[in-house]
Order: sequence, then C-alpha cells, then structure tokens
Amino acid sequence: MSKLTEYFSNRFAVQSSVLPFVVLLFVVTIACVMGNLVFDPSSIFYVSTYTITLLGKYLCYAMLALAVDIIWGYCGILSLGHGAFFALGGYAMGMYLMRQIGDRGVYGNPELPDFMVFLDWQQLPWYWQGMDQFWFAMIMVALVPGLLAFVFGWLAFRSRVTGVYLSIITQAMTYALLLAFFRNEMGFGGNNGLTDFKDILGFSLQADSTRIALLVVTAVTLAAVLIISQLILSSRLGKVIIAIRDSEARTRFLGYRTDHFKVCLFVYSAVIAAIAGALYVPQVGIINPGEFSPLNSIEIVVWVAIGGRGTLIGAIIGALLVNYAKTRFTAIMPEVWLFALGGLFVLVTLFLPKGLTGLVSQLKQKLRLNNTYKAETQSR
Amino acid sequence: MLLALIVTLYTISAIAMCTASLVPTVYSFSDGQVAALLRQALQKYLPDPTCLYPTSTAFTLCLFDFREHTLKHFFAICCAVLGLFACELQAQQPAASSATTEQLQQLTDNKLKQSMLLLQSIASREGTNMLPLYQALLRGQLYYIKHSMQIITVRKIGSIKHYNALFDDTAIAALPSNKIKKIRVNNKIRGFLRQHIAKLNLSAKDPEVRLAALQSLLIKLTPDTIANIAQLRLSEKNHQVQQLMDLALTIDRALNNRLAIEQVSAIKKLQGSLEPQVRNTLTSLNSTKSHPSVQKAAQQALLKIEQSTEFYGYLEQLFFGLSLGSVLLLAAIGLAITFGMMGVINMAHGEMIMIGAYTTYVVQLLMPNLIEYSLWVAIPLAFVASGSVGILIERCVIRFLHGRPLETLLATFGISLILQQLVRSIFSPLNRQVASPAWMSGSWEINPVFSLTLNRLYILAFALLVFFALLFILKKTSLGLNVRAVSQNRDMAKAMGIRTGWVDAMTFGLGSGIAGIAGVALSQLTNVGPNLGQAYIIDSFMVVVFGGVGNLFGTLVAAFSLGIANKLLEPSTGAVLASIFVLVFIILFIQKRPKGLFPQKGRAVE
Repeated sequence: MSKLTEYFSNRFAVQSSVLPFVVLLFVVTIACVMGNLVFDPSSIFYVSTYTITLLGKYLCYAMLALAVDIIWGYCGILSLGHGAFFALGGYAMGMYLMRQIGDRGVYGNPELPDFMVFLDWQQLPWYWQGMDQFWFAMIMVALVPGLLAFVFGWLAFRSRVTGVYLSIITQAMTYALLLAFFRNEMGFGGNNGLTDFKDILGFSLQADSTRIALLVVTAVTLAAVLIISQLILSSRLGKVIIAIRDSEARTRFLGYRTDHFKVCLFVYSAVIAAIAGALYVPQVGIINPGEFSPLNSIEIVVWVAIGGRGTLIGAIIGALLVNYAKTRFTAIMPEVWLFALGGLFVLVTLFLPKGLTGLVSQLKQKLRLNNTYKAETQSR
Repeated sequence: MLLALIVTLYTISAIAMCTASLVPTVYSFSDGQVAALLRQALQKYLPDPTCLYPTSTAFTLCLFDFREHTLKHFFAICCAVLGLFACELQAQQPAASSATTEQLQQLTDNKLKQSMLLLQSIASREGTNMLPLYQALLRGQLYYIKHSMQIITVRKIGSIKHYNALFDDTAIAALPSNKIKKIRVNNKIRGFLRQHIAKLNLSAKDPEVRLAALQSLLIKLTPDTIANIAQLRLSEKNHQVQQLMDLALTIDRALNNRLAIEQVSAIKKLQGSLEPQVRNTLTSLNSTKSHPSVQKAAQQALLKIEQSTEFYGYLEQLFFGLSLGSVLLLAAIGLAITFGMMGVINMAHGEMIMIGAYTTYVVQLLMPNLIEYSLWVAIPLAFVASGSVGILIERCVIRFLHGRPLETLLATFGISLILQQLVRSIFSPLNRQVASPAWMSGSWEINPVFSLTLNRLYILAFALLVFFALLFILKKTSLGLNVRAVSQNRDMAKAMGIRTGWVDAMTFGLGSGIAGIAGVALSQLTNVGPNLGQAYIIDSFMVVVFGGVGNLFGTLVAAFSLGIANKLLEPSTGAVLASIFVLVFIILFIQKRPKGLFPQKGRAVE
C-alpha cells in the first residue's frame, strides 16, 4: 500500500516536471540557434557551431540515458548492452551517409564505399542494398536493433533470466558485437568504422545550417520521446511495468504475462537508443566499433544512476551533467577524468542511491516538513 | 732412409687422416711406453681436430706392426715427436695456411661472385678452424678495417658493439663506423655457409650440435654429405643422432637408389617419420617420373603421414585449448569465490589480475639479476598485494552495498576505472615487458610436428595446482567452513557466532589474492598493461556463469570446455569469430539453463 501511494506521489511529481523540462529544452535550443544565426561571432551572445554540435551530441546521450532509465528505472532490467543498440542505429545511419558520398570518395567509386574498394570487393554486400534510400535506412535504424532486442529479450525473459545474469549476458552481447564489427569481413569498415561523410538528404554536413537543423531535430525527438515515455509509463501498462520491477513473481501470480511486458519495454527502449545513435552519427561524423565497447554501455548506466533512476528527467540531467564534466575534464586534465568518473560511480552508489533528483526531492521534503513544523508551532 | 720412411709415413698419414677417429683403438697393441707418449700427444692435440697429423702418424706407424721392439720404440718416438713438431708449427699459426690467409684477404674485395669461389676454395682446404669465419659471415658480423685490411668481427650485444679479431677473439678498440666496412654476402653464399657449417658440426663433440647440424643438412642432401654421414654413422654413439643419420641415409636410398624394390623398402621405412623433409621427399617421389611401384608406395606413405600429422594437429589444438582453458580458469577462479560464493559482482576483478601482473614486473625490476627466481618471489607478493587491495575494497565499499548486486556492480566498476588510471599514472599507459625465466621458455618436442611450449605447460599445471589448493582451503580449513556457512545462510552463520564481516573480508581477500596469482601467470603469456584486466573480465564472468555460480568444479569444467571449444573452432572460423560463437553459445545456454552447468541445489540458494 505504501508503495502504491509512493508511486502515485512520484508520478505526479515527475509529470509536473516533464512539461517544464520540455519547455526549457526548447528555450535553450532556440536560444542557441538564435545565438548562432543572429549574432556576430564577436558578440558575447554568439554561440559557436562547435557548441551547437556539442549540444546536439549531449542531447543524443540524454536520449540514450532515457532509454536505459526506462528499463532500469521502471522495470529493474539493468542492461549493460544498450551501447550496442545505440551503435547499431548509428551504423544504419552511417551506411546511409556512406552511400551518399557516391563518387566523391578517395577511390571515386560511385557504388562502393572506400574501404570496400580498398579490400578489393567487387560488389555491394546484400545488407548494404537499399541503404542509399533515406526512408529505408530510417526503417533499418529502428528495425535492426528492435529485432535484436526482441530476439534477445524474448529468449532471456521467457526463460526468466534476471538480475545480474541478464546484465552479464547483455554485456556479452555487446562484447560479441564489438568483436564482430572489428572484423573487416563484416563489411562495416572494420577498425575504422564508417566516416568521411559528405551530406545528408542533400545538405552538406559541414554547413552550419545543417548542424543547427540536426540539433533542432534532436531536441524535438528527445522531447517527443520524453513525452511518449511519460505517457506510456503513467498509463496502465506503466503500472504493470512498475509492479514487475517491485515484485515480478507477484505480478505473474496476478495473471500478467510479465515476460511479454518486459520484451515490449526492452524493444521500445532499444529503439529509442537506436534513434539516439542515428542522430548522433551525422553530428560527430564517425561511427566505429568502439561504440560497442562494454565500457560505453556501463557509462550510460552511470549517467542514469547519477541523475536518479526511475524519473526520466533524472537520466537526462545525469547524462548532460556527466558529459559536460567529461568534456571539461578531458580538455583540462585528461588523466584525472577516469579517476573522477570512477569516484563518481563509487560515491553515487554509496551516498546517492536515488541520484541527484532523489537528493533534490529529499531536500524538498525536508523543507516541507520544516515548514509544516514551523506552521504548526506558530499556530500553537 | 729414415727420411724416406718419414716421408712415406706422412703420405700414408694423409690418406689415413679420414680414419683418424679410429685412433683410440690403435695404441692398445703398441706397448706401454709408446702408448703413454702417444696418449700425451693425443690429449694435447685432439681437442683441436686440426692437429690430426700426430694421431694419424701414430696410426700408420702401428699399421706397420714392427716385430722388433727397439725399432718399434725408435720409430714410434720419432713419429710422435715429428707429429708434435708439426702440431707445434700449426699451433703457432692456428688460423690457416698462407694460401688461405691470402684468400681471406681477397674476401675484402667485396665481389660477391668472387667471394663464393674463395669461400669454396677455403672450405675445401680448411676444417673446423674456419668455423668462426663462416659463422661471423653468416650473421653479417664480418667487417674489415679499411686502412690495414685486417678482418674483424663486430658483434652487437644489446646496444653495445664488440670489436674482436676474427680467430683468437682478442678484443680490439672500438672503431668509428666509417673506418670499417662490412663484408657482404648474398643468399647463395648464406646457403653455402649454412651447409658447410652443418657439415663441419657433424663431427662436433656435443651431440646436440651434431643433431642440429644433421637437421639443417636434411634440408638439402648432397651425395657428398650422404657419404660423410654414412661414414660417421659407424662411430656414432648417441641414439638420437644415430636415428637421424639413419633417416638421412634412408631418404637418400629412397630418392637415389636405382632399384625400385630398394626404394620401396626405404619408403616403407620412412612411413613412420614425421620430419618435414621426409614429406618433401615422398612428395617428389609421388610423381609420374618415378617407378609405378615407388609412386604407389610413396602415395601410401604420404597418406599415412598426412593422417598422423592431422592427428597431431588435433592434439596440438587440444593442447592450445587446454592452455586457454587454464588461463580462463586462473582468471575465473578468484571470481568463482567473490561472485560465486559471496554473490559480489566484482567488476574490478580484472584489475586484481592486473595488480598481480604488475607485481611481477616490479619484482623483476627490483631483482634484475635473479630473473630465474623472480616468479617464486612474485607469487606470494602478488597474492598479498591483490589480496590486501581486495580487503580494502571490501571494507570501504562493498560491505555497504550488501544485498544490492546491481549497485555493487557499478561501484566496483568505478573502482576498476580508478585502479586502471592509477596504474597508467604510475607505470605509464604503455605495455610493460615481463621477462620469462629461462626454465619457462623453450618447448618440449615430442616429434617434429608436435611440440608443447613449456610456459603453457607450466601454466596449465599451475592453474590446476591453484585450483586444488583453493578447493583444499574451502573444504578442509576452518576459514573454508566459515566461508561456506556465510555464503549459504548468513543470518544463521551470524547466530552461530561467526564474525560474518571478518569472513566477508577474508573471502574477498582470498578471491582477489588468487586473481593476483593469476596475474603472475598471465604476465608470462601476454603483455602487461593497464588494460590487461579488462580483457579477461567478461570471459571470467562467462566461465563462472556457465559453470554454475557457487560451484568450483563447474568453473573448472566450464573453463576447459570453453577453452577447448574456442580452439577447436579456430582453424575453421578464425580467432575472432570463434570467440563470438562461444559468446553467443553461452548467451543461448544461459537462456536454457539460467543457473549454469552445475546449479547449486537446495533452498538456501533462492
């Protein structure tokens, strides 16, 4: 009973913060766009294209963190392989961008990407077919990771692999994909991955306007994903999912096919991660197997843990904060970054089990208690 | 007359030179005094085989078998003295006859065609005394000083150059590189030199050297070498050398005998041998040019060799699989304790291995002259180092996260990042080379196509040793009893008066310490770097989960089966794809049996 009331209070608390956050997101985005377009580079209000791209990158990470938060925070599935879905989405986008290069590559082959010419391949592999069509590539962005998540989740949840075991096999999955994508024979550029992109939908990727457009698209997508996720998780479906997190066995005994719910949510989360990857690649201009590394996937979990899991907004805040810190740290003293990140892992798990948002709501609660106490004493 | 006799003696002695190895049997039929004298001479000069004159002289002398004792004495002494004299002359001039010296000087002309002829001529005249020349030339260490035309050797040991005279190895002051010039050789000359060195080494004293010489001669058997081998075979004592000599002779018989029956019988003999040379011989015989029966026999023999090579190939793969399994076992066994028994997801486990490996590196830095013993020092130190870091982690972090496995995972991952960065800051991000003691290097050659590298063999044995030691600790000591009690039912154990906190720390320390020991072993196989641990962490978890959490024997079986499966897949799929397949297999396997190969039974597990 207490859990139920807690859930309801949580739900309203979160819901109330989603809309303000979306508004804030749009305000910041528009401000940045204006700052870049309207103001002169010498002005203090000027926002450089570098910052625009950086912001776009952060928002992609935020979306990725959101994906992890949906399954970890709301369903208790700790996936250490979400980087794989992100990277797969990124590769699908990368393949589209690769095909757009056309004959502007180093070898000038209109059909084959440079690395295939280099490997002396004669024709495009079957899985590259159709990737020159934007709509097809976008379907693939969602379909391939979604399918992988479906097969993986269906196998894992049906046989009730839970907790740590699931975490470890998701990690094994991303590790296996890492090894696979390193192979040149896979046809994804091997070690170097896909890079040297020229344009997207006919717009040059180097142009400022394209970068701004990408930022806006990312911000809109993030907002949409956030609102949809909020709606899903506060619906009846969401209630079942939270019930599964709190006690899977009990939910099952109540007559819910918990594995179906989990698979659905896992696929949904994977597709969000993949979309984040697809938006990420044109902004950073490269995708390589390094994105599959287990370290990356664990880092995502840390963003969520720091921001506070099970709150959606917390995950986004965590991702933004940690990545901002990473950018600053690696620029100033790169050797300290891993110390800081490692320390964050330890400190957050030890002292901030609910993350920063948990800390804020705790403080709020204390304040409210104090106020009511004061009010009570005054009334007496 | 005496002079004439001596001259004849010398001519005969020249013929008898080649049979000089029979000398020791000779002086048994001359009387004591002569024998003593001769023995003296022999002892003095036999170590240097260039001085065969006195011995051959003595031999010829004895062949005459004088009836009259006095005359025999006289001649024997005369000849011995003469022989000694000849030897003395040679000893003063050990390098070569004047003709050779001249030709040696001509080597400095640096015309490759000329060099070949010169070397052939030297080789035909001189014996083993020219070995230093050939070897220096083969290794490209032969130089000459430009102004004096003196031939020297320049050896580079480490980064220091050593300048020596060619034959007597006296050191020469260092010379600037523009004062000396290298004597060039080409592949043709190198081939000739190799053959000739091998030929000379055939009569070396050390059976190992003879064996190596024979091995290199097998590659190209000339009628000349065959005759040489046939002759030396008669006096050969060493069994291994005998066998190899027989093999060489049989190969020759199979190749060059005119009678097809002889050839076939030789081929039959060759069937069992796995030397690569035998295979080449048989392949060349298995052509249309040879006699049909020979061709058929060769074909059969080839098939048989093919089969046994394949068999040994499988054995080799199996050994590699076992070796990989032992590495996996070492890496996973500590985790089997911390993860399997305590339920702590220790993502910093790989870094415990890394600490062990770096301990080895530091130990070797501290005792650079005692590399042989460094591992014995490193093993306990690595145990202590990794174990104490483990205890520290347990006391400072993990005990606060008890019962929250996912948080433990994150916290320990943070610790692993910190430890990696610490090592990077202290030792540099580059890989460090850990030396292998001499007793660990080399290989155990079972036959020409199948040999086991010693370091892998030792590590296999070591892994098993560690495994059984751990099993002993857990089953037979009070610590083990406490550990098992706490892992099975913490509350009950606490109620029975076990200090669970202390046991937790000790268990974690034990698991980490064993990871440290694994690091010592791994430092002998791979590079030691900050990422060493990361490479093993996923594999270790796979092994533990596959074997069944909380079951040490499961870990053992899982490690070896995964190792062998990986290596058996490798030839057909390649290394990367093999490990991908194994990973996918484990992922699917866990779906089927979430509790691993050997799940723990009973209610306590739930």
